[in-house]
This record gives sequence, C-alpha cells and structure tokens, in this order.
Amino acid sequence: MTDTTATHGAASAMPGAPNGARSFDGSMLIWLLFAAILVVIVVNPIFRLIWASVEHEDGGLTLANYVSAYGRQRYWQSLINTLFMGGGTALLAALLGVPLAWACVRTDMPGRGFVRLCVLAAFIIPPYLAAVGWVLLAGPNSGWLNRAWMALTGAETGIFNVYSLGGLVTIMGLHLFFFIFIFTSSALELISSEMEDAANVLGAGPVKTAFKVTLPLIMPAILGGVIIIFLQSIALFGVPAIIAIPARYPVVTTQLTEFFSNNRVDLAAAYAIPLLLITVAMLTIQRKILARKGFTVVGGKGGERRIVRLGRWRWVVFGYAMLVAMLAVFMPLFVLVQAAFSKAWSRGFSLDNLTLDHVKFILFEHQGALPALTKSILYASIAAFCALTLALVIAYVVRRNLLRFGQVLAFLCMAPFVIPGIILAIGFYAAYAPPPLLLAGTGLIIIVAFTTRLLPIAYQNSAAGVASIHAEMEEAVRILGGTRMTAIRRVVAPLLKRSLVGAWILIFVPACQELSTAIFLSGPHNRVLSVLIFDFSEEGRFEQLAVLGGLLLIITVIIVTIGFRIVGRDFMLRRDQ
Amino acid sequence: MPVVHLKGLTRAFGAFKAVDNVDLEIADGEFLSLLGPSGCGKTTTLRMIAGFIDPTGGTIDVDGRVLSSASGSLPPEKRGMSMIFQSYAIWPNMTVAENVGFGLEIRKIPREDARRQIAEVLDVVQMGHLANRYPAELSGGQQQRVALARAIVVRPAVLLLDEPLSNLDANLREEMRFEIRRLHEQIRITTVYVTHDQAEAMATSDRIAVMNKGRIEQVDAPYTVYTRPKTRFVAGFIGRTNFVTGRKNGGDLVFDGFAVPTASIPDALPGTAEIDFSVRPQSLKLVRDATDAGGDRLAIGGSVGHRTFLGEYWDYTFDVANSGLKLKVAAPPSDVFEVGSPAVLALDPALMVALE
Repeated sequence: MTDTTATHGAASAMPGAPNGARSFDGSMLIWLLFAAILVVIVVNPIFRLIWASVEHEDGGLTLANYVSAYGRQRYWQSLINTLFMGGGTALLAALLGVPLAWACVRTDMPGRGFVRLCVLAAFIIPPYLAAVGWVLLAGPNSGWLNRAWMALTGAETGIFNVYSLGGLVTIMGLHLFFFIFIFTSSALELISSEMEDAANVLGAGPVKTAFKVTLPLIMPAILGGVIIIFLQSIALFGVPAIIAIPARYPVVTTQLTEFFSNNRVDLAAAYAIPLLLITVAMLTIQRKILARKGFTVVGGKGGERRIVRLGRWRWVVFGYAMLVAMLAVFMPLFVLVQAAFSKAWSRGFSLDNLTLDHVKFILFEHQGALPALTKSILYASIAAFCALTLALVIAYVVRRNLLRFGQVLAFLCMAPFVIPGIILAIGFYAAYAPPPLLLAGTGLIIIVAFTTRLLPIAYQNSAAGVASIHAEMEEAVRILGGTRMTAIRRVVAPLLKRSLVGAWILIFVPACQELSTAIFLSGPHNRVLSVLIFDFSEEGRFEQLAVLGGLLLIITVIIVTIGFRIVGRDFMLRRDQ
Repeated sequence: MPVVHLKGLTRAFGAFKAVDNVDLEIADGEFLSLLGPSGCGKTTTLRMIAGFIDPTGGTIDVDGRVLSSASGSLPPEKRGMSMIFQSYAIWPNMTVAENVGFGLEIRKIPREDARRQIAEVLDVVQMGHLANRYPAELSGGQQQRVALARAIVVRPAVLLLDEPLSNLDANLREEMRFEIRRLHEQIRITTVYVTHDQAEAMATSDRIAVMNKGRIEQVDAPYTVYTRPKTRFVAGFIGRTNFVTGRKNGGDLVFDGFAVPTASIPDALPGTAEIDFSVRPQSLKLVRDATDAGGDRLAIGGSVGHRTFLGEYWDYTFDVANSGLKLKVAAPPSDVFEVGSPAVLALDPALMVALE
C-alpha cells in the first residue's frame, strides 16, 4: 500500500479475506416482512371475497350463492344495464376527450392552457358532487334547465330528465373523459410531424393523412383510454346511487348495496365476481392493444411537432371546448354555489333567498361535518403516506434486483388495480369485520382499505421514479466509498423528491374524495366527508350538501395548487407509465 | 500502488459463462485495456473488479489480498477504487465542485484540504471555471471531464473505466482519448479500461487484453497485438487482414497460387499439416513487374480486381493468378493501378503471422 491511498484511508479498510457481507441473510427476512404486509392488505381481502362467495354455512363449498345472486331476472338485468352504461360512457368520453386532446396538442386553438385546466377541474370535482349538480340542473320539472325551457317555450313539462340512462352516461362521461384526454394527448405528443410529412410527400392531403396516419397511430392510446373509462364507470358507486336508483335503472354497484344492506355479504361477494372477471379480462385486452407490434412508435421519442393552423375554425373548436367545460365544470359548480347560499335552492336567484345559514350550520352547528372533514384529510394523508412508502421500498428493491422473487411483491402491489373500490370494500369487510378483529367502523380499516386501493398508483409512480435514476448514479457513490444508504440519502432521495410530492398528491386527492371504498366500511365513528355528502344527498339536503362539497373542493384545489407550485403544472396532466 | 491479479476468474449466469476462467495480472501503474466485441465479458470482468458482481469461480486479489471470490466479496465501497461509468453518472442534484468533492467528503478530508484538491483536479481537467455549474448546464464532453476529476481526486488504488467515451461524438472522442492518456502519464494510477473500440485501446493503453466469448485471447502491447496477433479472432478484430491457409510440403509452405520457404517465416510453426496465417494489407505491396519486388520479397503474379480510393490510401483487391485467392492490399495514393490490369504482388514472408 502506498502513502497516497493510506492518507485517504479507504484502502486500510480492506480486510485480508472476504467478509461475506454481500450474501446478506437478512434479505429473506425483509422479503418476508413485505410479503406479510401485502398478504394482510391485498391477498387476504381478495381471498376472503372469493371465499365468502363459495362458503357454505356449514363450512363446506357451495355455488348456492351464485345461484341466488344470479337466479332472478332482475339481477341479470342489472349486469346488462351496467355494461350498457359503461359502453355509453366510454363512447361519450371518447367524443369529448379525443377532439379536445388534439386541439390542445396539435392546433392553434386559443386558450389551450385554460382548456387543459378545465379538463383537470372536471376530473377533480368528485363525480357524486357533479351528479348532485346535475340533479339541480336537470331534475324533472324542477331542474334549472327544465324551468328555463318551460319559461322560454311555455311548455307544461321540462325536456330533460337526469334520472335516466342518458343522465347517468352524461354525468360519468363528463367526469371520466379526463383519462382519454390524457392518453390521447400523450400519444399525440410523441408523433412527430415528420411522420405526417412523409405521408404528404407521398401525395396524401391533410384529411387523408389524419385518417390514414395520425389516427391509426393514436388508436391504441384511444382504445386504452376507452377501456379504462369503461371499467371506471362500471365500478363507480356514487353516481348510480344518486341517479340510477330514482331512475329505476339498477346497475351492479347499486345491487351490491342492496345485498349488503340486507346483511348478505355472501351474495354480494358472489354477485361481485363477474364484475371482477370483466375487469381482469378488459385490462388484459388493454395491455395487449397497447403492446401490439407496429405501434411501438408511440413509445418512441417525438421529433419536431408543427401546430395545425385552424384559421376561422379555431373559434369553432374553442367553442366546443368551452361547451364541454360549461357542462362538466361551470354549470354544476354554479348551481351548487347558488344552493349553498340559498334558503332553498329552488327559489332561485333573489336577494331575499340569500343566506349564510347553511355555511354557519355546517361549520358551527352540525355535529358530524367538521369531524368528517378532519377524518377525510387525516385518513387520506396517512393512506397516501403508507401506500407511497410501501410502494417506494418495494419498487426500489425490485428495480435494483436486491431480493429474489421481488417480482412477486411488485405483482401484489399492482393487483388491487383490477378490483373496483366497492368490491375491495366487500373483501375488506369479509376479512376484517367479523371477530376476532371487529374492525368495521374503525378508522384503521378505512386507512388500510384506502392504502390498498391506491397502492397501484403509488407503485407505478415509485417504479417510474426509481427507473428514472440510472443505477450507475448509485454505483458511483459506492465505488467512491459510500454505502447503499449513503447513496439513497445523498442521491436517490433528492432526485426523487419532486416526483414523490407529485405522487403523494395524486394519491391524496382521490383518497380524500373516495366514496366507493368507504361506503361499506364506515359507521358513526369513522364517517368521512364523502360518505356524509352521500348521506345528505339521500336526505335531499342539497343546500348543506353544497357547502360540504365546497369545503372538499377547496381543500382539493389548495393541495393541487401546492403541487403545481412544487412539481410544475403538468404533473396531473401527464400519463405516468 | 497495487498489483491486480485475476486468477481463474469465472462468472456464470445460469448455464452461460459470461466470463470464463480469466487469468490476468495488471502491474502497478499500468494502463490496461479490456478490448472485445459486445457480449465478450469485458464489462462483467470490470464490474467484478469493482465489486458490483460476485464471481462464481476464481478470485480477484489486490496486493495479495483476496477481494472477490465465489464464497464472498468485499463490497465496492471498501475497495478504495474509483470508476468512470458509461453514463458518466454525474449526480444532477450537485454542482461540479460537489460532485468532485463527494469522495473526499466520504473520506473525511478536512474542508480546506478538500477545497484545494478539488480546485487542483478541476484545473487538471480544464474545468476550473465551471466549478459552480450544475451538470444539466454542461455539455457531454464537460460531464465526461467532471467524471474523470471525480474519479481521480480520491487517488484511487485502481481506476476503472467502462466505455467512457462511447456517448461522445467522433471528434470529441478522439480528443478525450489523448486526454485520458495524458492524465495517466501525469498521475500513473493503475487503470483498467473497457472498450470495444480498437483505436481507443491502442491510443490509451500500455497493454491490451483482447477478449472473446468470456476468454482472454491475447494480452500484449498495442504494437504486438496488431503486428503479431496470436489467434484468428485477434487478427480479425484488430484492423483488417487477409487470412490464408498453407500446407507443409517438404521445405515449403504451399498456398493457393504461391509457395513460401518454411525457413523464411519467423514464427515457430505448429505441428499441424495445415496452418492459418494473417497477412495485413499494409504489409503487401503492388508493383508493375517482378524486378520491382525487392530482394527479400516474394513476387506473385496476378491482376487488380477492385479498387477504392479512401484519400489516405488505395484499397485494392488483388486476384492471384491461377487461383481463386483474392487479397486486400493497401497502397499509398501515388500507386495507381487500373482495374483489370496485370500486376505483381510483393509479399514479405517475415510479415506473415502464423495463427493458433
């Protein structure tokens, strides 16, 4: 050893023989720890759901629950109704989302930034709140649109009826088209103008190019978005509960509630299985479509993109965008704000109808409102933190190949993605409500259920974050004498900070608004804001509901704005792979 | 500074042996290249020296101390080495000075000393004026220099480089080659350099170890590797060459279209009846007639097949008379021969290399 290395002391740490530190036996323990956590929060609820559906009262196996759950024509009809509703929603969302995405990415439409903001706003308004807004707008006869129609034409009855399949599809489509917008605009951003130029050079005009080149290139993204929206809409609980029940258009999620409130968890479990299978099948198809050979270009780096000059048509396109924004954001918000400050919403816009009583009631008098708000924020924060921590550690060990069979952990993290929230709640109820745990009605069961529900988003974001950090970044730390922990502390953590803040918000916002998972798991002591809003809607207390919804929206907007400040404004409008 | 010694080093991934029984000794202060096509095991070998991959057989020792063996390895952070990565791996959250100072901080060098050493090393790589920049504000070549500075400032026992120039454009690559050699002559750190680019290896190295399919085919100084390749693979991988096969017949070696006296070949010939030879295009010469061939050279009749003018030289194909043999010949720009015209090939048997 020479003097130079000795002064720096690194070489003096070399022992005479290998110390075997790399064949660390503790790694199996770590694996077991994470596997155990995932068994509790993912595997057991799913297993319990399936088990409950086939368990005989005496302990044996039976298909009797399936016979009962699908034995009546009405129950069959609900499933078929659900598929129609999902299909209609997906179609409407595509009609709304694809043109807007194209206009925002590839044209000179005015106010593109504002349109993007409106699309985001349509998504962060919880669908059950939008549904109530639409009840106020298009309720038969009493809704504002119907009253305006009658006043204008002198007709005896209104022309809109929100309590219909059309109403369901409209409300869901106006909320969910966000997904297809994101998918399509991400795909469009990856198509360089050179590909279109190539078609032009070969003699294709702009219209032919659009239909022969551009559209086929973004088709997988559109189909992927359509499938996601279909699945999201058939899994929604709030909108059908508010709209479909009065419309006498039963769907699977409302039927599940019926079984559940009759204390027939076994029937609910059996009834949920087909929905689960449909979800798994559709997601498999979606992956096949997106992975198909020949569309690989969409995954590539985009070259230069030119913007299409629309000329006079740019205002037509802008008008369409604003119409969508009116229907999805401004009109429902406007009537909700009106209701919040009115003695009775139906009495309309006059000074003597103005009041702050509902605000005062919610903030100072109602026993449950502020606790529900606090619980929503608390549960969502903790769930977002837990999901992200778990996902990050697992993503790290999987991506860096630190554990054998790490892929199993990754698969378990992604598994809840195929389970609609309401079905997950049935699984959690079946697993942890009965003795000895008796967790029904506790905050813990809601936090754990939210964690499980949001684990896939957390994992996708974490895995993308870890993948974006080249392993050589850490190896450079280690070869210079730092340990793996030093590398994580000094390099990985600082580089992940921004994307983790973004991911936390992406998890917190939906957790704060989540209704489907919470509805079966909440009791008097763990009632979150979304459940309280839903209760108010069943009681027809729309004015107070509007105040509560406003509170929820204000919190959401504050959190998202903080996210914009820290992470940059495109963090929610990006498609994370 | 230490001697690095690989003994029977093997790394298998399942049934596939990425590195297969490699023996190699790297002397104190030596610059050694591992050269070979992609997938030949050179990066795996380097990463085993660094401690990122454990061998499945054999050992690595430095100054007589075993650092890696199949039963366990010292982790990279305890080896006192440093490494330059293909991606540079410059930390984007730290400035140039912070990047360079990181290793000193880990070694708990007092702040003042560290500051002086950072300034010195940044001057050596001509980056002193950019010390407070963030990596995103640097060009590829500048990032490369930061990586160099970061690796040498800690005065490592061994410096490892993993294709450090492969992400640079051609001009910069050539410039950095000489820069790396210049630095080595200045600081003399024992260095292992992995590359698939023969020109890079020749410009930088004291010795080149040519690898193929997990094995080392030849270890020699660049001049020897080029002029006296030991195997067909080495002869073909480094530079262009002609392969010809000769059969022993009494005192002669008989080739397709010509014969050479065995005594005129300097190499000790293997015992087999047929022997492969490598003949570099540069060692052949085209002349108008046999008298121009020169005393020690063999004159072989034939004609000019194809030709390509490459600026620095002519690239001819020579068709040997009464044979199917075609030989590549490099000639200076002034040696102009028309396609199809008869010519004579002057061959110096001393420049023919017998291959294993």
